[in-house]
Amino acid sequence: MSIEVTQSGAIPAPEPELIHPAWVRIAHWINFVAVAVMIGSGWEIYNASPLFSFVFPRSITLGGWLAGALLWHFAAMWVLAVNGCIYLALGIATGRFRRKLVPIRPADVLADARAALTGKLSHDDLSVYNAVQRLLYLGVIVAGIIIVLSGLSIWKPVQVQELTALFGGYDAARYVHFFAMAAIAGFLVIHVIMAVLVPRSLRAMIVGR
Amino acid sequence: MRTIFRNTSSGVDTKLLIKDAAKLMPDATRRAFLRGGASLGALALLTGCDIVDGPSAERALMQVSYFNDRVQAWLFNGNKLAPTYRDTAVTRPFPFNAYYPEEDAPEVDKEDYKLLVGGLVENKKSWTLDELYALPQETQITRLVCVEGWSAIGKWTGTPLREFLRLIGADTRAKYVWFRCADTYSTSIDMPTALHPQTQMTFRFDGEILPRKFGFPMKVRMPTKLGFKNPKHVMELAVTDKYLGGYWEDQGYNWFSGS
Repeated sequence: MSIEVTQSGAIPAPEPELIHPAWVRIAHWINFVAVAVMIGSGWEIYNASPLFSFVFPRSITLGGWLAGALLWHFAAMWVLAVNGCIYLALGIATGRFRRKLVPIRPADVLADARAALTGKLSHDDLSVYNAVQRLLYLGVIVAGIIIVLSGLSIWKPVQVQELTALFGGYDAARYVHFFAMAAIAGFLVIHVIMAVLVPRSLRAMIVGR
Repeated sequence: MRTIFRNTSSGVDTKLLIKDAAKLMPDATRRAFLRGGASLGALALLTGCDIVDGPSAERALMQVSYFNDRVQAWLFNGNKLAPTYRDTAVTRPFPFNAYYPEEDAPEVDKEDYKLLVGGLVENKKSWTLDELYALPQETQITRLVCVEGWSAIGKWTGTPLREFLRLIGADTRAKYVWFRCADTYSTSIDMPTALHPQTQMTFRFDGEILPRKFGFPMKVRMPTKLGFKNPKHVMELAVTDKYLGGYWEDQGYNWFSGS
């Protein structure tokens, strides 16, 4: 990088290193919209035949009624699936997953979790994920793959019956789909809290640095 | 063709149907089916325009639904059989489900009953119940999956629809088979599903004559589609190239709804 000398003669600080390349940021925000639509409409679909003794309040569901929710769900699924496949392919091909998400050592996870809960975990270098972050980011990717596959099993229990059987049949696949949603929703809560606590990380996901 | 579709395409039935749908779901609710989106600020990003005022978003969603019809038709394998189960797996009692309470299920007189046949077929003769009962029958124990999410395993006995379509000389190059029911219900299916070996004109449920609540005298059972695509109390069947939708499909449910 060439350093230009400004009029006052001071040397400007070098531009900070790129933390998130453009493809990560684009995929992240497309995924954010797709997941919001999938969860909101999924809750309305859940309400039509609840698995447990509760339903989601109408005010936080999407679609208004079952048919509307299904239209949203089966439209956003394309965005989620296509974007997800591109993200996974690039994450593997560029080596980003290998560089950023592994290794995950249980001892590090415990130490970093303890440090985080006592407010001692440093977020000075956003380009390196701590062990808790690695575990959560890898975990949510796995949950994302499971939710797509279990969703496919519920949508096409005849055409992809082998996959449905892998999830323990149609009814079991509904529970898998629900718990994968719960895992992703739980991740989102922590993820958003952390973005608020460390606003620089939000900035990095928008402008890259 | 005209006489076959007169009942549904003109006045009376359409009005009844709309009245019925309105009763089931107030128009305000239906129109507002996108309003939930307003609570998700994220959605503003999706359309970049006013999403509370739904019609344009609704049209866009319907376009995706039509695209999904084509994807499902492409995914559909006419030789892939739905899983079958043992007799002990049958859900007993089997749930009743309709857009009206059980006591409002139509009562069809078995002496007067005649299945009307029309559209692109060689023989448009109507069929009495005795004539239908005389056709070769087989039994399937399969899972019914409701669009609401729940499922139940039932035991249905009847004649494969493809055998009946062969008997009446149906043009199987046509796109659709359409069904009109004794209530205000109707639905239509793609020809590949109509020709699927497990698509059945059903006369018996769990060993008994098909009871009123499950569609006496005849329903059409297809384990490769969601429950609402399986019409009960079928009074008329037509082979056609014209898209005629159906009771729920016209209100926004995906038309193909394949499993």
